[in-house]
Amino acid sequence: MIKVEVDMAKCQHYGQCVFEAPDIFRLNSDDKLEYTAEADDSERANIEAAVDVCPMQAIRIVE
Amino acid sequence: MSHPVVIVGASMGGLRTAESLRRSGYLGPITIIGEEAHKPYNRPPLSKEVLAKEVTHEAVAFEERAATADVNWVLGTRAISANFEHNTVTDADDQVHPYSALVIATGLRSKRLSVPNGDLASRFALRTLEDAIALRSELTPSKKVVILGGGFIGCEVAATAVKLGCQVTVVHHSAHPMLRPLGTELAREMQARHEAMGVTFKLKREVADLIGSTKVEGVLLDDGSVIEADVLIEAIGSHANVEWLEHNQVDLSDGVPVDSAMRVLRSTGEAVSNVFAIGDVASFVNSVFDSKSRRVEHWNIPTETAKRAASVISSYLNSSENYPAILADKFRPVPSFWSDQYDNHLLSFGLLSLADKATLVAGDISGECVFEYTRADQLVGVCGIGMRSIVQSYRAKFI
Repeated sequence: MIKVEVDMAKCQHYGQCVFEAPDIFRLNSDDKLEYTAEADDSERANIEAAVDVCPMQAIRIVE
Repeated sequence: MSHPVVIVGASMGGLRTAESLRRSGYLGPITIIGEEAHKPYNRPPLSKEVLAKEVTHEAVAFEERAATADVNWVLGTRAISANFEHNTVTDADDQVHPYSALVIATGLRSKRLSVPNGDLASRFALRTLEDAIALRSELTPSKKVVILGGGFIGCEVAATAVKLGCQVTVVHHSAHPMLRPLGTELAREMQARHEAMGVTFKLKREVADLIGSTKVEGVLLDDGSVIEADVLIEAIGSHANVEWLEHNQVDLSDGVPVDSAMRVLRSTGEAVSNVFAIGDVASFVNSVFDSKSRRVEHWNIPTETAKRAASVISSYLNSSENYPAILADKFRPVPSFWSDQYDNHLLSFGLLSLADKATLVAGDISGECVFEYTRADQLVGVCGIGMRSIVQSYRAKFI
């Protein structure tokens, strides 16, 4: 399993991560980011891509 | 042992290239040469939240990944020349770096104002961490701050300086700030929101000269009027860092032309198989829009072009049987940017500056809203203040 952490103090809800890992990240009806904190290893590449594109660099994979 | 992949530019694009090379199966040596003393960091916060607080490398540094722990960093030196025939790069310390593949990621540098009385202190640009550190200590309450250039960076710095208690004037050459990308209606609205926060605009104005003997005390405009200034911030655009690539039969008049595999194109139109350019310096055709080659200075482009270049380089150096197929892959990245100015969070996809028309499609111009940007009825971009789910839904229309 992979643990995902988003620093919600940094996150500005731009949702760029949503396109890279749609099964992990989503915007809710208030346009705020929600995410699944634990993911299957098969999601690693997508989550890394989400880390890359986050404008605020707010996403971390906790090893 | 084979020569390393040499990446020139210790920027986000350079770092993403190295990471993507590892991810796509390249196990050989990687060297990254960078002019700044720092490892790669995220630039956009420098005009926004980081400038509003304390500016440190730690606050903006990209996290280092295990896969790139063995990268050979050559920092604090500039590449001064490259020879595409001999496959070498020479740095400012006269070190010669032979390469198996070269990645050009040297990005942009700030354009600076050129006026007769220009040799004064208290002039700042905002591109590097050092720029931001120097500027930060000047932005104290009630300082008179004049910002040249009402583009995104100028407007973000204006918002930050207002937040810090400064008196801010923005001098801009056109009728509204951010006019060219946003179009009249949204640009005018953003101007009003800045004015409501206390920013003064001098529009359709250029700077004729600076006033002061040792440091900037004022700015003389082209209509003869004078604005008092303690601090001058120049946000008037940028130059591509391409001079070091001269003498390689490449047309460097607007960045570095590349094909859809990010391979550098000679003036003859022929691609150099082991030289690549990515990020802000790379000029490429994006069939999302049309068949014109252009540089795109949007934040996601360095990462997109880095990944594309890395997959081509890996398959090329590994002599993969997939190389022809990877070369032939389409490359159609959707440019995206965001901007924070006070509580206004702008998000965009596409290339707004191509548009000849902007149409309000959701919300209300006085609150949250979304504009669609078209060129002869072709959708070329979307931009919203807030309403992110709607803005996001547009991205799929470009793919």
